[in-house]
Amino acid sequence: MNPRLTAVTARRILQQFRRDRRTIGLLMVVPVVLLTLLWWMFGDTTDPTTGQPMFDPLGARIMGLFPMILMFIITSVSTLRERTSGTMERLMASPLRRGDVVMGYAVAFGIVAVIQGTILVLFGVYALSLDIEGSTPALILIIVMDALLGTALGLAASSLARTEFQAVQMMPAVILPQLLIAGLFMPRDQMPRALELISNALPMSYSIDAINDLVAGNTSEIWPEVGILAAFIVGSLLLGVLTLRRRTG
Amino acid sequence: MENKKGESPTISVDGLRVVRGGREVIADMSLHVPRGSIVGVLGPSGAGKSTLIRSIVGAQIIAGGDVTVLGHPAGSPAVRGRVGYVTQAPSIYPDLTVKENVAYFAALVEAEKDTIPHTIHAVGLADQTDQLAGTLSGGQLTRASLAAALVGRPEVLILDEPTVGLDPALRNELWKLFRRFADDGTTLMVSSHVMDEAIRCDRLLFIRDGRLLADGTLEEILADTGAQDAERAFLALAGRSAA
Repeated sequence: MNPRLTAVTARRILQQFRRDRRTIGLLMVVPVVLLTLLWWMFGDTTDPTTGQPMFDPLGARIMGLFPMILMFIITSVSTLRERTSGTMERLMASPLRRGDVVMGYAVAFGIVAVIQGTILVLFGVYALSLDIEGSTPALILIIVMDALLGTALGLAASSLARTEFQAVQMMPAVILPQLLIAGLFMPRDQMPRALELISNALPMSYSIDAINDLVAGNTSEIWPEVGILAAFIVGSLLLGVLTLRRRTG
Repeated sequence: MENKKGESPTISVDGLRVVRGGREVIADMSLHVPRGSIVGVLGPSGAGKSTLIRSIVGAQIIAGGDVTVLGHPAGSPAVRGRVGYVTQAPSIYPDLTVKENVAYFAALVEAEKDTIPHTIHAVGLADQTDQLAGTLSGGQLTRASLAAALVGRPEVLILDEPTVGLDPALRNELWKLFRRFADDGTTLMVSSHVMDEAIRCDRLLFIRDGRLLADGTLEEILADTGAQDAERAFLALAGRSAA
């Protein structure tokens, strides 16, 4: 990897992105709207066991999904587009290394993810009065990491897709199973043992675990989960580098 | 590399074999391209021109043989910055301007900043500099794609059907541009399915069904076949190889 080549590539991707105002709008506004829908449903409902508003834990747990899914789709479609349009072949014949392409995307979309995650959490906390016991910056960190995870998984998954139809279906294939068994619908330790073990191997579980810590006010306990999430992000990026082919049939 | 004209070749292909989709699309092909020349790769669509070109830039998985460019294996890090490649379909970013596209490819090969406007001017897109590539006409897009490869002043330029669909005046301009590059010592490999373009090239490679029918100057090929032009020479050679 070459930092200069990674930087010029990230800059180029952001330049392209800047032109697509509608995508920027959707990326920033859609998560906020979805969270608002959740607030509308659950804002006045109290949890009978805790006496707290249902929206607080529910909103905190679910909101990381929105950036993760959106970034996954954006990333897998843009890298696929790069491959089908011939620009990837051209990049692979240039001095650019495979790591520069993947990191270029990770950096460019990482910047987008930071903005998106921050807007979403601040909107939740200040406009929708989402109240968690733990710290708000820590919640921003987890949500941004969810978005980064979406980007990293999207980079890894896009190499498996040959057409745009396949690329779009990578989202339900990669994200939805995690969503079902990450602990959103049932605490992970109450699931059948086999499912619990599977969920141990999936990154989203650790995002939900970390948010559960934050909801309970144990901010200092999130760091092992943050570490595991970071390792999954790095691992997915490496997978993205390894599956990028310089030579094709 | 202190290559002078006629010394060790810029591009060497030895016993190249490529299999795509279970079919052998290039069978035992060997050829050598001298420095500072324009080599035309001529043959019908489906002959294996793009596959040969992709093998030379290191984008093609090959089943056998050796391909070296400037003395290094094709596609190796040592040559990637020294070879410009224009894919058959124009491949630049439609959501960037002409200038932004050329500037990005310039940055990849660490070209001087002032080569960006020069290159855009050289391909005749000075008036479209700040236009989004996605709004260019077909011919303009081809030239923008070409500019992205030229901007690094590569020692070797590999162009896959660069003149297809261009109006004759523009085609003439481009061939003049290619000639200027060759005169400056650049080695060009240009594929085409238009036999008329043979007269623009220093050397010709006739390809059909993944095999080399001829490798030489137009004069040599015409003398060998007794034909009056490239098209008839190609037909004669194709008939000869079928027999």
